[in-house]
Amino acid sequence: MPEIAVQKPIGIKRPNILARLFRALRLPTNDPFAVAGLLIYLIFIVTAIFADSIATHDPTEILYTPAYDLAADLRPGQDGFIMGTTSLGRDIFSQLVYGSRSALLIGVTAAFMVALIGSIIGLVAGYFGKWVDAVLMRLADIAFGIPFLPFVIVLAAFLKPSIWNVVIAMALVLWRDTARVIRSQVLTLRTRGYVEAARVAGSSDFKIILRHIAPNILPLSFLYGSIAIGWAILTEASISFLGFGDPDSISWGYMLQDAFASQALAKQAFYWFVPPGICIILVVSAGFFITRGYENILFPKLGR
Amino acid sequence: MTTPTNTVTTKKPDVLVSVNDAKLHYAVGGAFAAMRGKSTVVKAVDGVSFDIRRGESVGLLGESGCGKTSMGRLLLKLEDITGGSIHFGGEELSKIRRKELKSFRSKAQLIFQNPFDAINPRFSIRQTLAEPLENAGIPKAEREDRIIKSLELVKLPEPAQFLDRYPHQLSGGQLQRVVMARALILQPEFVVADEPVSMLDVSVRAGVLNVFRDVRDRLGLTAIYISHDLALVRYVCERTIVMYLGRIMEDGPTEDIVHEPLHPYTKALVAAVPVPNPDQSHDPLPIGRGAPDPRNPPSGCVFRDRCPAAHARCAAEVPQPRPVGSRLVACHLF
Amino acid sequence: MTEPLLSVRDLRVSYQVGRNFVHAVDGASFDVPRGSITGLVGESGCGKTTVARALTRVIAENATISGGQIMFDGKDLAKIPEKEMNALRWRDIAFVPQSAMNSLDPVYTVEYQLGEVLRRRGGMNRKQARARSEELFEMVGIDRGRLADYPHQFSGGMRQRVAIALALALDPKLIIADEPVTALDVIVQRQILDQLKELQTRLGISVILVTHDISVVAYICDRTVVMYAGKVAESGTMHQTLTAPSHPYSMGLRNAFPDLQGAASGVLTPIEGAPPNLANPPAGCRFKPRCPFALDICGSEPPVIDVAPGHPVLCHRAKESASLRIEAAKTETWMAPA
Repeated sequence: MPEIAVQKPIGIKRPNILARLFRALRLPTNDPFAVAGLLIYLIFIVTAIFADSIATHDPTEILYTPAYDLAADLRPGQDGFIMGTTSLGRDIFSQLVYGSRSALLIGVTAAFMVALIGSIIGLVAGYFGKWVDAVLMRLADIAFGIPFLPFVIVLAAFLKPSIWNVVIAMALVLWRDTARVIRSQVLTLRTRGYVEAARVAGSSDFKIILRHIAPNILPLSFLYGSIAIGWAILTEASISFLGFGDPDSISWGYMLQDAFASQALAKQAFYWFVPPGICIILVVSAGFFITRGYENILFPKLGR
Repeated sequence: MTTPTNTVTTKKPDVLVSVNDAKLHYAVGGAFAAMRGKSTVVKAVDGVSFDIRRGESVGLLGESGCGKTSMGRLLLKLEDITGGSIHFGGEELSKIRRKELKSFRSKAQLIFQNPFDAINPRFSIRQTLAEPLENAGIPKAEREDRIIKSLELVKLPEPAQFLDRYPHQLSGGQLQRVVMARALILQPEFVVADEPVSMLDVSVRAGVLNVFRDVRDRLGLTAIYISHDLALVRYVCERTIVMYLGRIMEDGPTEDIVHEPLHPYTKALVAAVPVPNPDQSHDPLPIGRGAPDPRNPPSGCVFRDRCPAAHARCAAEVPQPRPVGSRLVACHLF
Repeated sequence: MTEPLLSVRDLRVSYQVGRNFVHAVDGASFDVPRGSITGLVGESGCGKTTVARALTRVIAENATISGGQIMFDGKDLAKIPEKEMNALRWRDIAFVPQSAMNSLDPVYTVEYQLGEVLRRRGGMNRKQARARSEELFEMVGIDRGRLADYPHQFSGGMRQRVAIALALALDPKLIIADEPVTALDVIVQRQILDQLKELQTRLGISVILVTHDISVVAYICDRTVVMYAGKVAESGTMHQTLTAPSHPYSMGLRNAFPDLQGAASGVLTPIEGAPPNLANPPAGCRFKPRCPFALDICGSEPPVIDVAPGHPVLCHRAKESASLRIEAAKTETWMAPA
């Protein structure tokens, strides 16, 4: 490539806050898969926010038909239940809608915790190096040694069953991947001339990390955050399915467990366990689609 | 290690920087190798001593791996010294505490080798130049004026038009001027320039070098110019220190070194510099093949394995710098 | 005079950047005589590397040779089918890219990598390849015992020697080396250049040396091609172009170089400004915006004028070059460009 020296005297205006935020987020809007992923997220977010108005019933309420029979094991459409009911007479559609709320809650908080903790540890380890790095990375090694699912189960045994156990477990264990990758990125950034230049200019370490290094690792944090969303939802589903979940909150994993325990498969009640399964698959794969988009931004040379 | 011949005299008022037996050793191979005793110690700087007077320009000359850049970093306290001492204005660098570091940073500055890398691509020129001012606590109202003045100092025409541009919109020569402006904006006393033109195109190099000379003279700066190119060092420095594998080989007036190099290594270095004159005759290089290996330097004189004049004593004894006329030469021949 | 080994006429190479075309090489013509070293000189972005790559048609995906002729041994390399070109590469024309010394595969020994080329492309068997590898190492001045070493065990200069050995592997007629000594220290640089010159003379091959450094040209080259902004500014023997530079750009370049042998008080004179953006080059002479001798006429395409036999110059004022040279030697001339 010939070096193109841009000489045009253009006065660039400082972009406004929103544009700057978007640029910082660098949402991967030019990758079709990523756009699909973002759309799926959008649909689920809207559903979760407006769950109260979208759901037709209280998801935990035991319902009765107009004939005052228990509304158990109704097929979709029967007596006005869009997706049918469970063996205990609960509305499947409403459970599905409310399930998106706990999925989103867990996904977003877990992603936020993982990205935040992982980024901070990665930044600190990579930037300060020496013993700080050694200590933090040995901690990461220990975290790598912890089998994740059993850890969540043990945690649920110690604390009382709650959807937050998953978030706590992820914050305690899954920061390791984020931290490692961000650390290695920081190691290369640290050697960049402008980081050294900031040091020579008398900037404090905190300022250098915040101003010169963090903006460059932000997309990586988002990448690992979006992976964590999928992980969190999947883990919550597994935990609930295994029966260690929070019995008082409706989640897709709980629905699956409920269906399994009520022998929905034997009853051929596909309308019961297929929708939550599809929702889990959609949200988790949407996370990976977005990841893919970030990957193309971060590593354009992979050339897909 | 014996005491070097030119010991420090921090009392001399005209000495700004005084380096006494400075060492920068580090282990390679990591912590585990160190535990098993398997790590190698690389002696990037190994017992270097010199004084720099106020207003003097000194060239640090040598091949890659000779320790010239490490020496420069030691002088700016960007690297922690592992032996010996460096005094700056009478103050020992290793004793500078965190709180006083800011004040030292405003007095001693670095001009970077690669202007394309030395400025954050996300920062405008204004933001880039504001950073040191901000750190030094210069009030906002004054900053704009100082920024413009520093860009004028480095002869960037119509400086105001550059303030809102980003690095990728500037040419290499313009960027290097911005890098210089950033180094000079706090009016330092001492500047280390690390090969400031090696990444630039030939036709713009001369412009940057001229600005460097001009600014130095105008502000009365004390300067270190690090380079592998004697022709460039000669253009900006009256005194040259030749380094090889972490040690000083020769130290003296640049013109003397160019016209009559004494140390066998300097002789080879001078002979190797290509000359843009087609009629120049070239003698074969008075040096053996091979390359310096910082992990495994020879005993005694570090240059002896490539030296055409090496003899038994060179393997046994490290030559100390000795005064020869106007110079110091570290060679058993003198 | 015998026919040149390589004769480039009006070569054009353009890059597609988005919807625009950047004409990185815009009508380059020069000859490379047999048994000579030709220096292709210019600043970054002048198109010298693109020319070098176009000669072997190893160019970027978004680049095309959009015109001109590359006559090599009676064949037009710009036109022959890829299969035929592929057969010529390495065997007749070897290209040593700029980062050649860093492009050796770290997981294989040097011998393996040399052997791979000799067996795959040279059709040798294991034994022949071994013998040839030893011969090549001797030629470039490395101890044959080091064949079994891995690339990281060699210093930068040694790796550059290995890269030269690789280029020489199949006895090419022409070696194109892109900045072979730029990353090296002066002493190693000199040793590599000496080696290259010695090999070129001994084997009677031709070399095209791409460089930004006119002192390298002065040291080793027989001929010079000076490029500026995608065009050949002037070409001729090394003596013609360095002692009697006839294009204002070459004159300016001569002033910008520090000379260790010159007077100590000498002042270096830069050429103000920067090379033009090739996506949108200035009309007429591309050096006009930086040229102290520019006239109104320079707004039109400059002609190629032979100032001496075999010394073409791309300049409206080429005929006045002798008097311009006197002006160009003065620093004031370059202070305020037209």
